[in-house]
Amino acid sequence: MASTIRNTKDFFSGLLFTAIGSAALVLARDYEMGTLLRMGPGYYPSVLAGGLLLVGLICLVRSFRTDGTPIGRLAWRPLLLVVLPIACFGILIRDAGLVPAIVLLVTVSAYASERFSFKATVPLALGMCVFSWLIFIKGLGLPMQLLGPWFGF
Amino acid sequence: MELLSNLGLGFQSALTVQNLLYCLGGVFLGTLIGVLPGLGPIATIAMLLPMTFTLPPESSLIMLAGIYYGAQYGGSTTAILVNLPGEASSVVTALDGHQMARKGRAGVALATAAIGSFAAGTVATVLIAVAAPPLAELALKFGPAEYASLMLLGLVASIVLAHGSLLKAFGMILLGLLLGTLGTDVNSGEQRFTFGEARLADGIGFVVLAMGMFGLGEIIRNLEHESTREAMIKHVSGLWPSKADFKRMLWPILRGTGLGSLLGILPGNGAVLASFSAYSLEKKLSKHPEEFGQGAIEGVAGPESANNAGAQTSFIPMLTLGIPSSPVMALMIGAMIIQGISPGPAVMTEQPQLFWGLIASMWVGNFFLIILNLPLIGLWVKMISVPYHLLFPVILVFCAIGVFSVNNAEYDVWLMAGFGVAGYVFSKLECEPAPMLMAFILGPLMEEYLRRALLLSRGDPLVFLQRPGSLVMLLLAAAAMAVVLLPAIRKKREEAFQEEE
Repeated sequence: MASTIRNTKDFFSGLLFTAIGSAALVLARDYEMGTLLRMGPGYYPSVLAGGLLLVGLICLVRSFRTDGTPIGRLAWRPLLLVVLPIACFGILIRDAGLVPAIVLLVTVSAYASERFSFKATVPLALGMCVFSWLIFIKGLGLPMQLLGPWFGF
Repeated sequence: MELLSNLGLGFQSALTVQNLLYCLGGVFLGTLIGVLPGLGPIATIAMLLPMTFTLPPESSLIMLAGIYYGAQYGGSTTAILVNLPGEASSVVTALDGHQMARKGRAGVALATAAIGSFAAGTVATVLIAVAAPPLAELALKFGPAEYASLMLLGLVASIVLAHGSLLKAFGMILLGLLLGTLGTDVNSGEQRFTFGEARLADGIGFVVLAMGMFGLGEIIRNLEHESTREAMIKHVSGLWPSKADFKRMLWPILRGTGLGSLLGILPGNGAVLASFSAYSLEKKLSKHPEEFGQGAIEGVAGPESANNAGAQTSFIPMLTLGIPSSPVMALMIGAMIIQGISPGPAVMTEQPQLFWGLIASMWVGNFFLIILNLPLIGLWVKMISVPYHLLFPVILVFCAIGVFSVNNAEYDVWLMAGFGVAGYVFSKLECEPAPMLMAFILGPLMEEYLRRALLLSRGDPLVFLQRPGSLVMLLLAAAAMAVVLLPAIRKKREEAFQEEE
């Protein structure tokens, strides 16, 4: 067996599967196993976790034996600039209201693109506020406020 | 003539002004969002789901079904005009459709796709009406053992249909099943994998997972490869196919419809397989196989009909057994549950109006597609040409509001963000998220039926082999597994998936 990783995609997939499988196996030990006749809450998850662990290990072994293409760099900028504003949307939507949540989500995420332009983003954000107000609050009657308690509403 | 009276009842409910409008609205919205590059039917339906919450059950399902066909057709339009297939099943359409468009025959390609889809939709609707009642009757005889085996068959099928490494697809299935166990255990009330978090007690919402993995993950990936956009066809003229075109598309449409209808019923997203196999079938039967890939009209007509027929017949297991055969059907089941209907064989007898109304609306929806799409082609072209850097923030807002509004929970928005990261990482590692999603949906059901079956058999696992229905499904699953593991066929499968590249 060669000592270097030849397929990094398989290697990290294997690592991920192995890690999740073992973690789930450990956690599932707290749940009662039961018997085949009367399965406890731990039976089914334990079997699955064991299977995942096994698949992960096979994947790891395979990564040393077969060649693959490299993973390439992670695109940090789009990753963070999409995920973080979505998370902020969750924080803002109830207490600050729909308008701040949308403005923040649109302006920050738009920056993820290489073609970001400030001039186009501001009207886009405002347009989305009006549109969402019309469709979701007026039209569908979803229980959301334009401006929330933080602004004294 | 029970069939006619059933269909009559269906059309009575589908042809009310209100339901016609919702059907039309669904088809229109579905196409509008579906043509946007990089948005497949799953993301489209998940995004528009909140719009149907306040409607009566019938109208909401009719509208969702309309959104589904619309999104599918929209995906084909994008595939033909920009060579950017939004989903796996329109990958094949892009092969010859885009070539036709480059040769100035974009209009004919679009019309072929529309005519093929309509013909397939009509046949598939009749097929559903004929096949559903006996299947529902059969399903009423199913015990827990049959259900558990059927789900296993579905999972095996989704491994077989996954791209790339079988081992990784298997890993993703196990991961999806495991994620499905998260939350309160039905039998004991024990909280599993919740880390004491009360907001996880009900498990992870399917919409949250799908939007995170497919919606957000896809957007991040598109932004990574932002500069690589192919030339787009902006001028569409000459919509009407010539007589020779009609002659060339007739048989491919019929063959595609037959193939698609059969494969669509299979659990595990058969519609994708249908369009692939229809393409290779046409290529094999053609007198001019060298034209394929250069803009052969058969290469558009066959797969498009197969795709649409499959999309339609995938409703059969959903309506009769209450089992989703694809992620889209899982969303439909989710919508039914939100509306207070428990999916399964009982729906047909207890709510015939809803059941037959939905089936009749499928035909109506396909009719709207053909009269809506060709005249409005200018609008779709405009939608496609919206630059991506202005588009994706809008999609993000829809995703965020959509996920939030399902349970009015900010926690769901955070979970979606997390799954967005996971979706991106998995795509980097070439792990397919689709099998995981299927497993996530089927997992909890499968556990319940498995436990119930074993309880009934007093712990004897042989029950799965002793009941004939269950045995047949297990044999099918084993055969499918054996088939992909045999070296010869394995090579063929790789070739089949290679064709799309």
